[in-house]
Amino acid sequence: MGHSAKGILCEGLSKSFHRGAVTAVESINLKIDQGELFGLIGPDGAGKTTLMRLLTTLLKADRGNATVDGLDITEDYKMIRQTVGYMPGRFSLYQDLTVAENLNFFATLFNTTVSSNIDLIHDIYVQIEPFSDRRAGQLSGGMKQKLALCCALIHKPTVLFLDEPTTGVDVVSRKEFWGMLAGLRTLGITILVSTPYMDEAMRCDRIALIQAGEIMQVNTPQGIIESYPLTLYAVKAEDTFRLLQDSKAYHNTRSCFAFGSYLHLTFRGEDPNLVREYMEYLYRKGHDSLTINKIAPTIEDCFMYLMNSKPMTSTRL
Amino acid sequence: MKIILFLLEKEFKQIFRNKALLPMLLGVPLIQLIILPLAADYEIKNINVAFVDHDRTTYSHRLVEKIKATGYFKMTGYSTTYREADRLIELDRADLVLEIPSQFENTLIREGKGHLFLAVNAINGTKASVGASYLSRIIADFNADIRFQQQQESSKTRRGRIAIQTSNWYNPHMDYKYFMVPGILAFLVTMIGGYMSALNIVKEKEIGTIEQINVSPISKHHFIIGKLIPFWLISMVVFSIGQFIVSRYLYHIIPVGNIFLLYLFLAIYLVAILGFGLLVSTYTDTQQQAMSVAFFFVMIFLLMSGLFTSVDSMPPWARAFAYLNPVTYFIEVMRGVVLKGSTFNDFQGHLVKMVGFALALNTWAWFNYRKTS
Repeated sequence: MGHSAKGILCEGLSKSFHRGAVTAVESINLKIDQGELFGLIGPDGAGKTTLMRLLTTLLKADRGNATVDGLDITEDYKMIRQTVGYMPGRFSLYQDLTVAENLNFFATLFNTTVSSNIDLIHDIYVQIEPFSDRRAGQLSGGMKQKLALCCALIHKPTVLFLDEPTTGVDVVSRKEFWGMLAGLRTLGITILVSTPYMDEAMRCDRIALIQAGEIMQVNTPQGIIESYPLTLYAVKAEDTFRLLQDSKAYHNTRSCFAFGSYLHLTFRGEDPNLVREYMEYLYRKGHDSLTINKIAPTIEDCFMYLMNSKPMTSTRL
Repeated sequence: MKIILFLLEKEFKQIFRNKALLPMLLGVPLIQLIILPLAADYEIKNINVAFVDHDRTTYSHRLVEKIKATGYFKMTGYSTTYREADRLIELDRADLVLEIPSQFENTLIREGKGHLFLAVNAINGTKASVGASYLSRIIADFNADIRFQQQQESSKTRRGRIAIQTSNWYNPHMDYKYFMVPGILAFLVTMIGGYMSALNIVKEKEIGTIEQINVSPISKHHFIIGKLIPFWLISMVVFSIGQFIVSRYLYHIIPVGNIFLLYLFLAIYLVAILGFGLLVSTYTDTQQQAMSVAFFFVMIFLLMSGLFTSVDSMPPWARAFAYLNPVTYFIEVMRGVVLKGSTFNDFQGHLVKMVGFALALNTWAWFNYRKTS
């Protein structure tokens, strides 16, 4: 390939399972710059974990190529294993070893020591240090996740892969965790993080929206929101369920999803009269205390839009 | 080297912290070694005999008394009709029926010959054949007594007589415990080594820690060696406790041969068995799968190792299997060294085969262990 660029580069990366019966990822093209905090956003089963496992050399690609910090994932896999940190989606440290022992173990696996790398993990480690003699299995979810992050960082990786690090963690710990990632980014570590939570996407430098093994769009979170081509309305009524049913049945409705107590709605066409006609329709249906506002789309709205607009927008690097 | 020591430290920490594992590893095999040899006793006692005595003479009484006096037989019936004895067999209260015909004493004295009828309940094959042969021996003995007596009384004819004296070598009293304990001990270390190594590695797969190991630069052989050494050491300890404490003080078995020779073979044999466990772990993803697969093979290893039944009396195909079974060789070495005092020269061939097993199983496992799926 001849790429010596730092960061991550994927070219047509494909992987299927069960002898091709199940396509996990299909022709992934992706370029992640060094020091970037890059989010892989998509629902469960979109292929996020497969892509991570391909890039961390745990899986072999069927087709295509990729480099991590200029190292080829098939030819230089041994060198990649020296330089990347990987935190799998499932907590996979030794539950019967203590916090300190786990950390020591992973440091030794990479031929290093905890003390020589303590500066990198210091800010995170101080939070779990009071529990350093506690077995990993007895830590709370948030603490486990911090320990796992420490273990993934203990050998000063240049690229960090985090597979759904915040799944199953409480809101406060999630916020804290993203704060830690922002801190790591300032140290120049390239971070690829996957998450099914659309709200977390805003914390990334750039994100890729991934669905059914294919990348739908790559952009900054702001860029993705700005590229949303439709006018989006938030609608609210007394009876949200009936509102959803009626809105879906309305002939000019293009898309309609429930977001909490609101409905996010787009029309076929941009005619300003559409809103008035729609409201009249709802009144006829007997809805009370109706409100409708034009709103800025969220990442989730963009995701829904991309998912439903066929053919899928092809990805350009 | 440093990394292996560190892996060992981690493994031992985990083993010693596992509240269930250590008692399982040390306690269970020793309890089995205490219990199994007592049960695996081929000596048949308490054979129930029903006598049908149509004769009721001095001779017939003497025969019955002689049989009862051996201690192997228990008289469960003494009747004058065969039908009654037959009924006892049907009720499973008699294993053998010895029928003494009328005029037994008379014909024996006058014509020099007599007939006895022996009926055997062959539901329990071992008991039937062993019981029948015991009884035949006693009757032959009884026969010899009578002839000797007659010769003394008449002392005119001196006929030649062949007497067979058997002597049991290496196990003079034919004590089955001597024979079974070394074999069972060999089998127990097989189970520990095989199961524990298979389960341990699969456990890392199951809880996902193997992922973390796989993305690290640690090499395959370091990881494998770090996994095998703890179970090699534990198996050695279990064997030593079994050999020097249970065998010695409970069964009073002191190896006749060189104990270092035994350990040399044990050391190589354990590498082979741990390789087997490792191989199982590379083909399975969960502890349940690993347990099932290991159990299947260990069962075959056990029954086809010559532990309970002699390999020589197996049909040719089964014998071929037995010789593809590493357990067979180690049990032979165990029995040879412990009972017979066999030397290194006797088992050179076994050594070559065991090294072969160790290399083959570990190489296969090594190739099949993938850090990448």
